[in-house]
Amino acid sequence: MSNKKTVYVRLKDGVLDPQGVTINKSLKQMGYDDFISVRFGKFFELEIKDDATDIDRKVNEVCEKLLSNPVIENFTVEKN
Amino acid sequence: MKFGVVTFPGSNCDYDAYAAVRHVVGEDVEFLWHKSNDLMNSDVIILPGGFTYGDYLRSGAIAKFSPIMESIIKFANSGGKVIGICNGFQVLTESGLLPGALIRNSHLRFSCKYIYLQVENNETVFTSACKKGDVLKIPIAHGEGNYYNFDGDIKTLENNNQIVFRYCDENGIINDQSNPNGSIHNIAGIMNKEGNVLGMMPHPERAVEKLLGSTDGLKLFESLQMEFSKNIDRRVV
Repeated sequence: MSNKKTVYVRLKDGVLDPQGVTINKSLKQMGYDDFISVRFGKFFELEIKDDATDIDRKVNEVCEKLLSNPVIENFTVEKN
Repeated sequence: MKFGVVTFPGSNCDYDAYAAVRHVVGEDVEFLWHKSNDLMNSDVIILPGGFTYGDYLRSGAIAKFSPIMESIIKFANSGGKVIGICNGFQVLTESGLLPGALIRNSHLRFSCKYIYLQVENNETVFTSACKKGDVLKIPIAHGEGNYYNFDGDIKTLENNNQIVFRYCDENGIINDQSNPNGSIHNIAGIMNKEGNVLGMMPHPERAVEKLLGSTDGLKLFESLQMEFSKNIDRRVV
């Protein structure tokens, strides 16, 4: 049984998201005009060793140090 | 005076920077390998353009953990002069040596062309050979050069005169039409509060010979030369 955590990285509110804006424009062109906005983000699946210790702290640490840029992005960690 | 040009996996302007310094500016220069932590007694470090580590994750995000960056962060924090050009600017913001972030160009396209820059602060070691308000013609080549920062932090940059260059047109007009990537307030280059670390998206090393279309990039190198010769004079006295 493998143990996984999923990390979601999202742009902070107010940070311009040119990709999200463009995706929403494309949706409108396709005839889907029900969406006020689209925000583009990332997720990471971390597969964790069975004998790992203190893993919540370590996951938070790698999110802050590498997976997200705290200047413009927030992250949330979901346990699978 | 000696320059050190860092080569990361994926750097592609390291030779341009090296050639500009050695063959045009005429100063000593050495390549610095990303796996080394030796700055080879460089006086000025250049983080060149390119796509370090494939720009995986985010531009510049992986490069900040290379051994050479550990030495460069120490060097910068003790007053050493560092210039990050294009991808090098992204490495500097990711490393926390400069504030803010560089995100995808607002039009989503890679932009490779000559643009114009206005020198907003000429009282820096990087721009002292310019006059305030000078318009420089220098090329850009990037897909993620859209400078972003929050309003409060922009105010701080402005109050500390940390905004060194803004995008403008050839007459020095700063507006949306002269902004090639959506950067907030047309910001093209900033420095840290202490004034020893500069990041800029345009490529001064590509504008050092008439044949290349402009020699305006030389101003940056001349400014540093002036600064270092001043220091040498002081030492002699």
